[in-house]
Amino acid sequence: MIQNESNLQHDLSKTIVAQATPIGSGAIAVIRMSGSQTFTILKKFFKNKRLETAKSHSVLFGNFVDSNGTVIDEVLVSIFRNPTSYTKEDIAEISCHGSSFIINQIIKILIEGGAQLAQKGEFTMRAFLNGQMDLAQAEAVADLIASTSEKAHQMAMAQLKGNISKQIQALRERLINFASLMELELDFSEEDVEFADRTELVNLLNETNTTVSKLLESFDTGNAIKKGIPTVIAGRPNSGKSTLLNSLLKEERAIVSDIAGTTRDTVEEVFILAGMEFRLIDTAGIRQTDDVVESIGVQKAIEKIKGAALLLFVFDASTSTVEEVQSDIEKYRIPNQEIILIANKLDKISPAQKTVFESLENMIFISAKDTSQIDVLEHKISDWASQKMADDILISNHRHYEALQKTKVSLLQVLQGLEHQMPTDLIAIDIRQALHTLGEISGIISTDDLLDNIFSNFCIGK
Amino acid sequence: MFPEYDVIVVGAGHAGCEAAVGAANMGAKVMLVTMNMNTIAQMSCNPAMGGVAKGQIVREIDALGGYSGMVTDHTMIQFRMLNKSKGPAMWSPRAQSDRMLFAAEWRKRLENNPLIDFWQEMATGLVVKNGVVKGVKTSLGLEIPSKTVILTNGTFLNGIIHIGEKQFGGGRAGERAAKGLTEQLQELGFESGRMKTGTPPRVDGRSLDWEAMETQPGDEVPSKFSYTDTPTLKKQRPCHITYTNKEVHETLKEGFNRSPMFNGRIQGLGPRYCPSIEDKIDRFAQRDRHQLFVEPEGWDTCEIYVNGFSSSLPEDVQYKAMRKIRGFENAKMFRPGYAIEYDFFQPTQLRATLETRLVKNLFFAGQINGTTGYEEAGAQGMMAGINAALAIKDQEPFILKRSEAYIGVLIDDLINKGTTEPYRMFTSRAEYRILLRQDNADMRLTPLVKAIGMLHLDERMARVNEKNEAVEQIKKYFRKNSIHPDQANSYLDSKNSSKMKQRDKLLPLLTRPHITIEGLRGCQAELDNYLKGFDNECLEIAEIAMKYEGYIKKEEELVGKMNRLESVNLSEKLDYSQFVSLSAEAREKLNKLKPRTIGQASRISGVSPSDVSVLLVHLGR
Repeated sequence: MIQNESNLQHDLSKTIVAQATPIGSGAIAVIRMSGSQTFTILKKFFKNKRLETAKSHSVLFGNFVDSNGTVIDEVLVSIFRNPTSYTKEDIAEISCHGSSFIINQIIKILIEGGAQLAQKGEFTMRAFLNGQMDLAQAEAVADLIASTSEKAHQMAMAQLKGNISKQIQALRERLINFASLMELELDFSEEDVEFADRTELVNLLNETNTTVSKLLESFDTGNAIKKGIPTVIAGRPNSGKSTLLNSLLKEERAIVSDIAGTTRDTVEEVFILAGMEFRLIDTAGIRQTDDVVESIGVQKAIEKIKGAALLLFVFDASTSTVEEVQSDIEKYRIPNQEIILIANKLDKISPAQKTVFESLENMIFISAKDTSQIDVLEHKISDWASQKMADDILISNHRHYEALQKTKVSLLQVLQGLEHQMPTDLIAIDIRQALHTLGEISGIISTDDLLDNIFSNFCIGK
Repeated sequence: MFPEYDVIVVGAGHAGCEAAVGAANMGAKVMLVTMNMNTIAQMSCNPAMGGVAKGQIVREIDALGGYSGMVTDHTMIQFRMLNKSKGPAMWSPRAQSDRMLFAAEWRKRLENNPLIDFWQEMATGLVVKNGVVKGVKTSLGLEIPSKTVILTNGTFLNGIIHIGEKQFGGGRAGERAAKGLTEQLQELGFESGRMKTGTPPRVDGRSLDWEAMETQPGDEVPSKFSYTDTPTLKKQRPCHITYTNKEVHETLKEGFNRSPMFNGRIQGLGPRYCPSIEDKIDRFAQRDRHQLFVEPEGWDTCEIYVNGFSSSLPEDVQYKAMRKIRGFENAKMFRPGYAIEYDFFQPTQLRATLETRLVKNLFFAGQINGTTGYEEAGAQGMMAGINAALAIKDQEPFILKRSEAYIGVLIDDLINKGTTEPYRMFTSRAEYRILLRQDNADMRLTPLVKAIGMLHLDERMARVNEKNEAVEQIKKYFRKNSIHPDQANSYLDSKNSSKMKQRDKLLPLLTRPHITIEGLRGCQAELDNYLKGFDNECLEIAEIAMKYEGYIKKEEELVGKMNRLESVNLSEKLDYSQFVSLSAEAREKLNKLKPRTIGQASRISGVSPSDVSVLLVHLGR
């Protein structure tokens, strides 16, 4: 495949073309072309008389031929006319058969006809340059393309629709109001105006700060959605962790045996549940051991637990006591970590023994022989996750997170300044700083490297 | 009859006088053309210089070698440092001046400059050849040749004075309006507009009941404006404060139907922050009183300026309402307030040097650019004068950045944003307020004008060096020397600051809230002794530099960030209509204004952040 990784140049008068579907073979592929010459170029090679008259958002069928009139493929062309297209330019999306020969031929012919190969992120760059989206939205496109689960997709869509930009804008407006109250005191101190009530200012600021903090907190969740929720299966050796992994994945992913310590290294698998992506991590059983390799595995297991959003703690109900389980949890679980206790080998214990364990919270009994309880576990996991992800606006972008964090620092300094009765003009500096960092998110204050950074994260033809 | 001048300045108000000084002190031969030699440097409105943000500008003018500060220092009757309770960025010097002494002092100083000539007559036109100005035409039909011309016509261009239903041509009470220039400029392609401003009645101080008003004295230890060796006040005259009331408002309302403001006769745009009393009553109906400052016009005169009572209502209504003000029951009026309408030219037609885009070597300064205030006018005059002189010598223009001076903010705002009401400076217009303080204007600016060859700066430069050195020494002392808890704790306690547990350096203590150098030197004899070697001004700057270092650094970082955009140059030849991705408004504005840098482009109203991104991308950034 032809690829062009050179620096972005932005000649908007050129018509650009690139494969929009992933490289590799599939039943069909889509080639996208955007620019003022799109239909003039396409007309030469696409044989359908209605091309010039067809309405925007319609689909035409026809032969794609080369300059000698040789048919390359039968294709469908979706037509999007300026300005109601992704880039606000004329766009044609050619669906052809997914052979790399055909794809390359079509692109080559279009380039010979006057189009240029699009560079990395150039379609989105055009959408941005043509005022179709702001910076946060443009970033969302990158996330959208990379989204692997429904929830990640939803989140990217929300950002694309401008939800985050809107929220940031609302925050900025609040801060601007606050700043203007301060400025009033400064510039009109000699005049007969009433000054802002300090308690009200503090309240306003606290409210703003809460919103920022909430957005910041949503970053972990947002990131988990984007990259998969880290879910760790942990417990003592031979408690059935790998069996659980296999049951959840519904495949024999991890080696299972009766020998304690079979799992030496961590096993990581992607697991989709209720539209959410989980990174399911099976770990080595935790115990004191002289075996060098195994002890590395144990160490690794403990580390993985620390990074988990959800801990599935498995124990063998036939050999463990409630006290042992409780002390294990206390030892390994990190504070406030979501945990589900899984008592394995239900088939080997008496109803009386079961009652003892039922006193523990968030408890599920499973057995390798009876997988019906796996459904219950899945429900429990998905209920917890969807509750956690319910926040309508989630931050998942590092740049946004950093900007919000800086904003928070400035806001705290403002609050501190008010508390110490610092002069208003100094407090105003921190407010302005907060406004500045907030503005960086939606690109209100846009610096050149910011742009470069964002647009270089795009793949060609997206 | 006339030799060819380097610079002709038309108008001898605050802008014109500073323009003449700026050009002459750059070595240019200057002709100052004024309609009346007896009204040079009039304070047409209130007899005061400075105030919040404006005081900083006066100090900047002084730092650049202008005379406004010195003239004020020699003629003031009261001095106050405003906002002293706030942070150092807000400290703003303000002085009441003796109106007549002020004008006389200015004239004396102009006359003492051998490079400045005078001509008393109305300038009625410009000599323009092939888009370049060549001189000025006068009402007698004379032509004065010149390489450059600076227009500072103030409120005189087609000025119309309104008092109630009466209206007559005039540039100021008792003075003729200037005719002809606007029309010629329009023919040359300039867009003109109308603005409106007003002034309150002047009254007889002998008829006022001073006991009934609050007294507003000057500072106990008065400071001053100029960085040169000018005197400070030994005695001062107080101002007074009184208030309007419901009765006053009711009486004024009776005249509303005869008010040119309300019956549509005045079309010009007035300032929102300096409204007439009728405007205040109309717009803020819920308020039953408004504050008035009763300001003396000089040492030896009983004439009083009623600040806050600006009005264009009929004189009988003004008089009747005024006598219902507390303390004014028996007031006699010297002259009524009036409104004045005048022509201005949108300053977006100017370059950063204040030279017009349309006519080469023609500069505009002051109210003609839609500004208000002596300080704003003087600052523009100074910059136009300097740049006119530089243009003749074919030297690089002298442009101040927003991070360097309020004057930089002023001109940058004007040329990029234009204005829809008389433009006045506020500290909130400056994004780097803590850097643009009144105490350091000379340290910021004097070296810059020294570098371009401004004359007569030796005294100021010596002082700048002295200050820089003193600040370094004091900072070093505070960094190196420590203080014992026994010495400092009772002072700290008295300021609600936590007590020290062990010896500590002076610097961290000073950075605590409410702790001052003055307080610390009371705690330790060595420190007190050491600091005796420095004057108060140096101590103050050193204190600010140490105490507010964190904030100063923050703003400096921001300046650094923003300067990256300022350093991306845009060619004047760039045709923005080829950038289809810019908004239509941005394309039009950019083609009209031709910004010098991306930073400047970003401040043009109508140019959105995404337009700026588009420009950056197009430039391959």
